[in-house]
Amino acid sequence: MGNVLAFRNLTLGYDRHPAVHHLDGEVAEGDLLAICGPNGAGKSTLLKGIAGVLSPLTGRIEGHIAARDIAYLPQAAEVDRSFPIDVYDLVSMGLWRRAGLFGGISRADRVRIEEALAAVGLEGFEARPIGTLSGGQMQRALFARLLLQDARLLLLDEPFTALDAGTITDLTALVKRWNGEGRTVIAVLHDFELVRGHFPRTLLLAREAVAWGATGEVLTPANLAEARRMCEAWDEDAPACAPSLKATAAGRAA
Amino acid sequence: MIYDLLIAPFAEFDFMRRALVGVLALGIGAGPIGVLMMLRRMSLAGDAMAHAILPGAAVGFLAAGLNLFAMTVGGLVAGFAVALGAGAVARATQMKEDAALAAFYLISLALGVLLVSLRGSNVDLLHVLFGTVLALDDATLLLIVSISSLTLVALALAWRPLVLESVDPGFLRSVSRAGAPTHLIFLALVVMNLVGGFHALGTLLAVGLMMLPAAAGRFWTRELTALVGVSVLIACGSGVLGLLVSYHSGVPSGPAIILVAGGAYALSVLFGPVGGLLPRFLPQRHLEA
Repeated sequence: MGNVLAFRNLTLGYDRHPAVHHLDGEVAEGDLLAICGPNGAGKSTLLKGIAGVLSPLTGRIEGHIAARDIAYLPQAAEVDRSFPIDVYDLVSMGLWRRAGLFGGISRADRVRIEEALAAVGLEGFEARPIGTLSGGQMQRALFARLLLQDARLLLLDEPFTALDAGTITDLTALVKRWNGEGRTVIAVLHDFELVRGHFPRTLLLAREAVAWGATGEVLTPANLAEARRMCEAWDEDAPACAPSLKATAAGRAA
Repeated sequence: MIYDLLIAPFAEFDFMRRALVGVLALGIGAGPIGVLMMLRRMSLAGDAMAHAILPGAAVGFLAAGLNLFAMTVGGLVAGFAVALGAGAVARATQMKEDAALAAFYLISLALGVLLVSLRGSNVDLLHVLFGTVLALDDATLLLIVSISSLTLVALALAWRPLVLESVDPGFLRSVSRAGAPTHLIFLALVVMNLVGGFHALGTLLAVGLMMLPAAAGRFWTRELTALVGVSVLIACGSGVLGLLVSYHSGVPSGPAIILVAGGAYALSVLFGPVGGLLPRFLPQRHLEA
């Protein structure tokens, strides 16, 4: 199987300050990849870059996948919990790719929605307004929506934060099921036990890649200490990064 | 008796029948627009937009007098310029839409005041401010009804992305590029409905027929479709009742209509089953699960 994504000298950031700095590497089709690293290491930024929400400052992401085949669950989903909409309608948004702006929802689609709700353990919640859901139930509903998106590449940004053990177990099983179906999953995670138990490959990020490979070889005490050390603060007076300037100049010349 | 009170004014007078058609058309368009504005947290944006339209309509009035076409075009141009400008700045820069809207409408308002005072004439702009619902001619009525029809068609087409963008803008961005154009279409609809409304109710009060029914409806249902229905009912009901109050008591009809809508809002706050005051204080035993 080929690569789904390749990062080529990728720098992502905000206001010219890099959050992900000169990253190179590939994600193979069917990977189950965890991204770990301290706060401020650029993990969420990298997912935003892959999802196409953020454009690279320099370098590029080669995606051998159509944008419509990518499903992205951001860290703090911007769902307006006070909006008068029920769980069924929220989950059915996952059919956007199939239904688009005007398409109808067929009987087969309704079966899919029911199945997705069942898969995340939310049977019987169809008519509940989303404002009445607990945090865990909301995350289950968002996973049901992901399920309906039927994407080849799933980007999950800290999907298990503030969830209880039972919910994490259920949702992890769902992630592994997706991966078993040949889908590529990239998840930002902080729970090293969970990563060691379920994610074969890990990228340890601290703006730059500290290590990237088999989880057991990446999550070593030495690497983790190195990651913490490298994640220094935002410097208002940081000089322009020389290689990136050269790359930009070269890009203009070409 | 009831006939004299409710039916006779409309049966006897042509201008009341015209006003009736006008307020019903306005209510049907303003109801769903108001609901979406409220749910998109733009309740006050409508007010800003109304201020933005005022100078445009005033300039049209100064240029061509009481001319439907000139005032409509003036209002539309000023409203679109402010709505699209603010929308574009909010999407392209780090500025939030409410701040951008405030900046744009204040510029428009100042420009309008400047233009009006340069002209130096002591023009009566009262009817731009408060509307003339009892003097709607054929052309104006046609304009109002056309705007309402167009609004319903446009909303039907853009409903899904509009709702999705209100519930979860991040998700819509990740699956579609429809978000920005949808929002701009919505802003355009708001402007058009305000322009339609100002002929009847005046620029400032036109917002009332959008926001008051939507805010009142929130106390009666938790369901979006029902909320739109309730809002349209309250908007149209306020229009009819307001006209009758105005007819029987001789008060100006624009403010009467909006005050009736205000009364509906007050009743909803007090008695509405969804989070109203009275239900909250009624002793009710909690459920088992």
